[in-house]
Amino acid sequence: MIRALRNILWRDLLLLLRGGGSGGGVALPILFFLAVAMIFPFAVGPDSRLLARIGGGVIWVAALLAAILPLDRLIDPDRDLGMFDQWALRGIAEEWVIAMRVAAHWLSFAPALMLATLPAGAMLGLNGHKLGLVELGLLAGTPGLAAVGVTVAAITAGLKGGAALAGLLVIPLCVPILIFGAGALAIGGESGLALTAAVSLVLLALAPFAGAAALRAGR
Amino acid sequence: MQAVPAPSLTATDLACRRGDRVLFARLGITLGAGEAVQLVGANGIGKSSLIRILAGLARPYAGSVDRVGSLGLVDERLALDPAAPLGQALGFWARIDATDDAAQAETLGQLGLLRLLDVPVRYLSTGQKKRAALARLIGQGAAIWLLDEPLNGLDSAACALVERLATAHCAGGGLCVIASHQPFAIPGLRRLDMMDFAR
Repeated sequence: MIRALRNILWRDLLLLLRGGGSGGGVALPILFFLAVAMIFPFAVGPDSRLLARIGGGVIWVAALLAAILPLDRLIDPDRDLGMFDQWALRGIAEEWVIAMRVAAHWLSFAPALMLATLPAGAMLGLNGHKLGLVELGLLAGTPGLAAVGVTVAAITAGLKGGAALAGLLVIPLCVPILIFGAGALAIGGESGLALTAAVSLVLLALAPFAGAAALRAGR
Repeated sequence: MQAVPAPSLTATDLACRRGDRVLFARLGITLGAGEAVQLVGANGIGKSSLIRILAGLARPYAGSVDRVGSLGLVDERLALDPAAPLGQALGFWARIDATDDAAQAETLGQLGLLRLLDVPVRYLSTGQKKRAALARLIGQGAAIWLLDEPLNGLDSAACALVERLATAHCAGGGLCVIASHQPFAIPGLRRLDMMDFAR
């Protein structure tokens, strides 16, 4: 069982990093994230005080939008391949499979995003303290984003136009993370980060069960 | 070492519904170790649905299925990463199923896949893909084989090979359920005409 899960996690991770047959990989969402952070100063003007004030929030919104991009690659391809059926036949619970996928999605996405936040923060003129808060907030919030992403991808797997629907479903579910994560910048403290982490943990705990139920219902 | 119970597959009073149409009802199958059954019937009569119900992947509308032994399934979905070379895609399942390396190599040789190990799965032909799926099945070492149209896309030599593999599997105490509209020859093969249970 442990050996199987380790192999599944490793495969998921490589597939999500490289994009597998469906193209993409992790580079695309990260470039998208940087692009959103880059066009913002063009739109609101180069006022550095204004940018420094809203910059943290912009990074959060950009991160959320970037998290939507890989949704259609999270579950759908493997469902079409019959991977989930084969795992089920081997007695590997769907809950474990989804948990591995959340972990792989987070590993493939979050470290790269946090790295890309450094240049994005520089473009938006964030100071060191604020950048630190954004990074800590992302560290606390991205597991929740990954959990919501995988759950919603499982729910919309196999639907026509599922990708667009998935994006619409993810946004409201991620609002609590966004409020607390970006809110930590405004109130400037640990309480916001703690609440972000708390929401993240709740979503992480729910994701395997909700995702597994969706997989079974979609058979 | 703990004694492994003899594999068996028993389905009682199965019914399957698609939308508001009942495809079949009151269908029963009893298979013991070494036995095989072929599901025959026209397209759309519910052969694939029955296979999925037997596999536990779909819930029957009525009735129940009892399985003793591990399940292996080959259907139209390969479960092999299309972008990966064949050797790597099969290697993933070999690691999960803890397949013995020597046994795996022998299976690949038997199925004529040794020369294709470096070829990405998506470039394989229909018949080659089918043989790859069979290699995955054999490597799994499951007692109960569920084969959904195993002969589709195979040439006559490969068809004979599949029949030999199924025969060997049954001779080794395994059991086979084969859904196919093509003739399939295994000693002692029973035929279950889905038409008898259609609604």
